[in-house]
Amino acid sequence: MTTKVIGASIKRKEDPRLITGEAKYLDDLQLPGMLHAAILRSPYAHAKIKAIRTDKAAKHPGVVAVFTGQDFMEVNPLPIAWQAGGVKNNANAPRVLEVNKVTFTGAGVAVVVANDRYTAEDALGLVEVDWEPLPVVVDAKKATEAGAPQIHDNAPGNICMDWQCGDKEATDAALAKSDVVVKQHLTNQRLIPTAMEPRGCIAMYNPAAEEYTVWMTSQAPHVMRLLMTAFVFGIPETKMRVISPQVGGGFGSKIFLYPEYCLVTALSKRLNRPVKWAETRRENYVATTHGRDHVTDIEVGATKDGKITALKVNTYANLGGILSTIAPGIPTTLYGRLLSGVYKIPHIYCNVKGTYTNTGMVDAYRGAGRPEATYVVERAVDLVAGELKMDPAEVRRKNFIPPNEFPYAPADNILAGLKYDSGNYEPALDKALEMAGYANFRKEQAEARKQGRYLGLGLSSYLEICGVAPSAWIGLPSQGWGAGLWESANVRVHLTGKVVVTTGSQSHGQGLETTFAQIVADELGVPVDDVLVQHSDTQGTPFGYGTYGSRSLAVGGVAIYNSLQRVKQKAVKLAAHMLEAAEEDLVYEGGKIYVKGSPDKAKTIQEVAGAAALAYSLPRGMEPFLDDTAYYDPPNCTYPFGTHICIVEVDKDTGQTSILRYIAVDDVGNMINPMIVDGQLHGGIVQGVGQALWEGAHYDDNGQLVTGSLMDYALPRADFFPMIEMGRTVTPSPTNPLGVKGVAEAGTIGAAPAVVNAVVDALAPFGVKHLDMPLTPERVWRAMKG
Amino acid sequence: MKQSVTMTVNGVQHTGDVEPRLLLAHFLREELGLTGTTIGCDTSQCGACTVMMDGQAVKSCTVLAVQADSSSITTIEGLAQNGNLHAVQQGFWEKHGLQCGFCTPGMIMTAVDLLNRNPHPTEAEIRHGLEGNLCRCTGYQNIVAAVQHAAEMGK
Repeated sequence: MTTKVIGASIKRKEDPRLITGEAKYLDDLQLPGMLHAAILRSPYAHAKIKAIRTDKAAKHPGVVAVFTGQDFMEVNPLPIAWQAGGVKNNANAPRVLEVNKVTFTGAGVAVVVANDRYTAEDALGLVEVDWEPLPVVVDAKKATEAGAPQIHDNAPGNICMDWQCGDKEATDAALAKSDVVVKQHLTNQRLIPTAMEPRGCIAMYNPAAEEYTVWMTSQAPHVMRLLMTAFVFGIPETKMRVISPQVGGGFGSKIFLYPEYCLVTALSKRLNRPVKWAETRRENYVATTHGRDHVTDIEVGATKDGKITALKVNTYANLGGILSTIAPGIPTTLYGRLLSGVYKIPHIYCNVKGTYTNTGMVDAYRGAGRPEATYVVERAVDLVAGELKMDPAEVRRKNFIPPNEFPYAPADNILAGLKYDSGNYEPALDKALEMAGYANFRKEQAEARKQGRYLGLGLSSYLEICGVAPSAWIGLPSQGWGAGLWESANVRVHLTGKVVVTTGSQSHGQGLETTFAQIVADELGVPVDDVLVQHSDTQGTPFGYGTYGSRSLAVGGVAIYNSLQRVKQKAVKLAAHMLEAAEEDLVYEGGKIYVKGSPDKAKTIQEVAGAAALAYSLPRGMEPFLDDTAYYDPPNCTYPFGTHICIVEVDKDTGQTSILRYIAVDDVGNMINPMIVDGQLHGGIVQGVGQALWEGAHYDDNGQLVTGSLMDYALPRADFFPMIEMGRTVTPSPTNPLGVKGVAEAGTIGAAPAVVNAVVDALAPFGVKHLDMPLTPERVWRAMKG
Repeated sequence: MKQSVTMTVNGVQHTGDVEPRLLLAHFLREELGLTGTTIGCDTSQCGACTVMMDGQAVKSCTVLAVQADSSSITTIEGLAQNGNLHAVQQGFWEKHGLQCGFCTPGMIMTAVDLLNRNPHPTEAEIRHGLEGNLCRCTGYQNIVAAVQHAAEMGK
């Protein structure tokens, strides 16, 4: 009997330790003799450091040492691993502690190390800094205007990079010939990722071996080791082991190398004691990366019957006061290259100016560039529909890339040589419309308006590009990524028949220990419980690029699948030897290898694994053990899509938006565990809705983060939502043998425009054509008041 | 000046000398090594540190260890009895009510308190009851389903 485990919603293997409190997150770890670090952070957004006096703090009882940036001048600045492709990047990277000046509120300038965290925090107040405050600019576009404060000497006009894709001339010409052209200014506000576990790091130095062991809250431990050893410390990679313990969410914010990790590592050697730094939420809000923060002007052209003719996009992307690890890549490759969405748009041009401002670092946050692009495209489609007084569903339908045109290359080579591998957009739209009862909704809406109630329905037919990425594509000069993007896997079937898989992917909530075990169980025909998935430790796992960009299944999972094929080939070869049969006469099915037509003449995979491990009798030339390592470099990205519909009611007296229904029809290709897929979508959607309605990081004109705590930043709560109604279509990806795409970011990408389109639809009687997020009651109320 | 506190945690009596400013959350984590109680913020918004104190859910970052003197505390580590998961723990596992797991101990303790007070809550009552606990992974949908499942099991 075959056990079909792929496609089954089995319970997660990782849950028992998590629901009993036995999982160990970073701050749960204690080492003998461990010291605790607290960091003094800049209260100014832009200021020169004239002097720092540490003597009082150093004398505080329980304090072991106090350091400033001057004490670590031998430690290199952090590397920028992804600069915008094909253009000059005026890059400025953080140091472990800033030395001469700070460019955002929250930059670290001194560190107190003490016997316990309370003491370290107490002594921070005794460190004296002489500041010389400088003028501040926080807005991405204003930073480029004449008279704006100059933040870095090497970046005139505060421009980090000026990047483009598409064809400007052809786009302008197409716009000039269009029946209608709609222009819109829109913002995609800054968000704070807010993984529930803040960041942290523990470092321990072994002077005899000159080796570091570093535990950190990282989505990519191998990459962290590479960046720290090769770039920051200039030591051999072999002198450091990096471990991610249980990690409590990331959403992108834990991909990057941060100054604190390097600082704690340096401290462990300087003091020859283990040192821990555990971030507080207040620190997390100012010193961990933010996401989005675009100011954009769009021009979209269309024929009078609703065919889009051209899209022109000019964006100012706020990169903060200093660059995070891959900041410039997000608003360029991951943004401009998606601007065709699910539509056949004849001409596209996009210009992005990435700018420095006196704000916190901005880098990848769930979706990373793709939600910003989708927001532009999906607002543009609704603006066209509004201008032509057409049904927004029909405008979408009219412009979809037809299913017979895949593989599809978006216009003007905006995707830099890649093609969408597959897609069938209309069935997802139809299904969502049917679930929503679209035909009836307009009647209900008209009736409600007569009663003074304002209902709105918003559509979003999104595209995601994930499973990043073919190394030969992402490494092109026009892309600028500074590494490869393949993924690794090792599969070993032990003597007992138990299977150990190690992966370069890093699970921090995605359930990879279960999903990957299902692939193994299905392919080898072993129980899921017999599979152990190990990850997140550079000692004992093959080098891998880690988990982000919805790539772990479509790249990491496929590496495991490929490894399993070779394990199975070897098992069949050995079974042939054991059964004295010809290899080509054997069938591998349901955990057994048997002779075609004589199912009794069989060996189980456990028997074969045992024989391979004992090695008493192997075919000539065969090595012992079933063990294989695979490195999978995908030939293309993957392209999930779907249609989301949000139905809202806006209270005309308070401006409060209530979500009445949320319908999500997503196509993420084949699924390994639909329960986990739906969970990823739920969470993603709620983050996207959060951006549309509530969330927003706000800096005042002095560069103070006024939404600097969970009291001020409006994170979605349980009672803000109805149950999300889920539907799906399945269009397997032809790019990989599992037919899988990726799911972790799709919900976030699809959600925000659906909600905004719904609220704008509700406010149509008030003449509202566009509103910027978040659609707070005040903003909506003001719009209704004209 | 340190003060002596005595409390029963998960059925075991503990005594310790603590600074008056020490938070209960830190006492549980640092002094007793019960790290299942996590800390996700510094403003009592997230609820990750929720524990039961004398039968009521409290955010242990908002309670001083000295205030918990003479009390009986249950943390996530003390919820399962004789190796059997509590119905709410079962519900979270069955219904995929967790992803990264960091908010989960607090979320589970809050749900236990909610079901103690209201064994058969409506969906709206569950959502309202969880309003003081933040989760960034699940969108709350399967947490609600998990609590519904636990309530069903308790019938």
